[in-house]
Amino acid sequence: MASIEIANARKSYGAVDVLHGINLNISDGEFIVLVGPSGCGKSTLLRMIAGLEDITSGDISIAGDVINDLQPKDRDIAMVFQSYALYPHMSVAENMSYALKLRKTAKDKIADAIGNVADILGLSALLERRPKALSGGQRQRVAMGRAIVRKPQAFLFDEPLSNLDARLREQMRTEIRKLHHRLGATSVYVTHDQIEAMTMADRIVAMHDGIIQQVGSPVEIYDRPANIFVASFIGSPAMNFLEGAYETTADNGDQGAGIRLSDGSLVPVLPAQGASTNQPVTLGARPEHITIVQDAANGLPARVDLIEPMGLSTLVHATLAGKPIKIFTMDRPDYAVDSFIHVAFDMEKVHVFDSSSELRLPPLTEPHTGHSD
Amino acid sequence: MTLTGHTTTRKMLYWGSHYLMIAAFVLFALFPLYWLLKVSVTPNDILYTEGVRMWPSRTTWENYTFVLTQSNFPHYFMNSVIVAGTTAAVTTVIAALTGYAFSRFAFRGKVIIVALMLITQMFPLVMLIAPIFKILAPLGLTDSLTGLIIVYTAFNVPFATFLMQSFFDGIPKDLEEAAMIDGNTRFEAFRAIILPLTLPGVAATLGFVFTAAWSELLFALMLVSSESASTFPVGLLSFVSKFSVDFGQMMAAGVLALIPACLFFLLIQRYLVQGLTAGAVKG
Repeated sequence: MASIEIANARKSYGAVDVLHGINLNISDGEFIVLVGPSGCGKSTLLRMIAGLEDITSGDISIAGDVINDLQPKDRDIAMVFQSYALYPHMSVAENMSYALKLRKTAKDKIADAIGNVADILGLSALLERRPKALSGGQRQRVAMGRAIVRKPQAFLFDEPLSNLDARLREQMRTEIRKLHHRLGATSVYVTHDQIEAMTMADRIVAMHDGIIQQVGSPVEIYDRPANIFVASFIGSPAMNFLEGAYETTADNGDQGAGIRLSDGSLVPVLPAQGASTNQPVTLGARPEHITIVQDAANGLPARVDLIEPMGLSTLVHATLAGKPIKIFTMDRPDYAVDSFIHVAFDMEKVHVFDSSSELRLPPLTEPHTGHSD
Repeated sequence: MTLTGHTTTRKMLYWGSHYLMIAAFVLFALFPLYWLLKVSVTPNDILYTEGVRMWPSRTTWENYTFVLTQSNFPHYFMNSVIVAGTTAAVTTVIAALTGYAFSRFAFRGKVIIVALMLITQMFPLVMLIAPIFKILAPLGLTDSLTGLIIVYTAFNVPFATFLMQSFFDGIPKDLEEAAMIDGNTRFEAFRAIILPLTLPGVAATLGFVFTAAWSELLFALMLVSSESASTFPVGLLSFVSKFSVDFGQMMAAGVLALIPACLFFLLIQRYLVQGLTAGAVKG
């Protein structure tokens, strides 16, 4: 196993820049998830690590050695493809042993390794089958097995679960995590699914337009998103955003702050670093940080648009200050559509974003940690 | 009549007419071959006297014996085997490599090369005979099998390349990328993973080029004048003399000429119908 360092890596196709100077250090044994919408450059970055794409400039090192000019076969990495990419004319056992055979590993050692991995993945009964005789989940396992059997320096995963149905995806998510725990292998995992990112990552790398937006643990990214993009991309149901103007208030000598919404109502927030009065800001509130209150004096009026029962919880869609918002509740409310409710924001949990730079303005009370890498 | 009985009858009618149409088509396509066979075994003396009959009253092998023992046909035949076989092999190798490049790589001038290759397919061959003769004559390549092989290869490579490219396009790129990560170079991955999966395409290309070269007459007639370098389509013409046509012998030679083509397709048909890529990626 090994660490991976990416220093100022760029990728351009002609005049089009796909990646603008990526810097990232992945520690030995870490499980890193690259997440972002399609076209953000996450797969390109993974393929650059694998050696399937050239690096326009910058360096990528594995275990301290710059590997820019090494062929994929000389990088000692394994990759699991979205399409699984199993060799159709080979049996499961042949698929898994292919890399070992190319390395001229002794036959008995290959057999041992395959038996071992097949045990771990529950493939022992399928070793003689061809890929076309396997189900989607089984193919996925074979693809994993093919990677594991090699004991590479690092594992690369390119959206490996997106072809599976929801239930299987959930199951494989857990299995990959357990496997990582067991093997302790450095892993880079690409996905557009923020739930996979949240549940699997040691650290999440959120990407957008070829730029790393934020690197951090799942909780860090969820609780302290660096900007509006990360805040909106991570979390389901997504965060609510309301435009307004920043205001400072003084209440009994305590310095207070609020955001004046377009309808004139004021949402109290913690005083934010670097925010000045009348500065256009965006209020970001996750659905679970908005509560429905009975007392009209303590809340802002919102019109109910839709009630969405989700089993465990209920999602209330409403309109506040002319903007749609979603409210998460563990109750089972039965409001009529178009009726009015009152909502209050959890001032400790909501975020203030600068509307022009879209960066989060952390509360004065939050220690300055620095958001990006 | 019950509902199920009714649908069964309709189904039978449907499938009946279905097969009837296929049978009609096959009959239409194969009838000339049948006629070829029939005339080849008809004795010369009753060929014109019996009128049009589906099968002659007497049959004979004498046309075959003549063609095989008295004529130059076996020699022409060997020439054709050499020319068509070599052309098919050389063309397919070139087409496989070029088609792979077209399918997988983006490179400068690709569009121009493709356009040029398409343009070569636009001209009637007749137009090109004179210039090609002019080019080949000083090189000593007229009247030679090598010259024919070069010309046939040149004319078949463009189409064969596009054919091979379409087969490579059907094979996911992920497969050779996986192989390259597993420890292959790109060329090894091409040979060990991609080529076995393209066997149906290779077979189709071989078959197509072989048949084209096997039955080519125009260039064979114009570029070759000696008996020693003639191919069988030219040889067939030798049965046409100034005053008569030896239909029986000509047809016998034709039937014999069918044999290698049939054998060839028999060998490759397994690959033609095989869908090897099933299950490679998400099915």
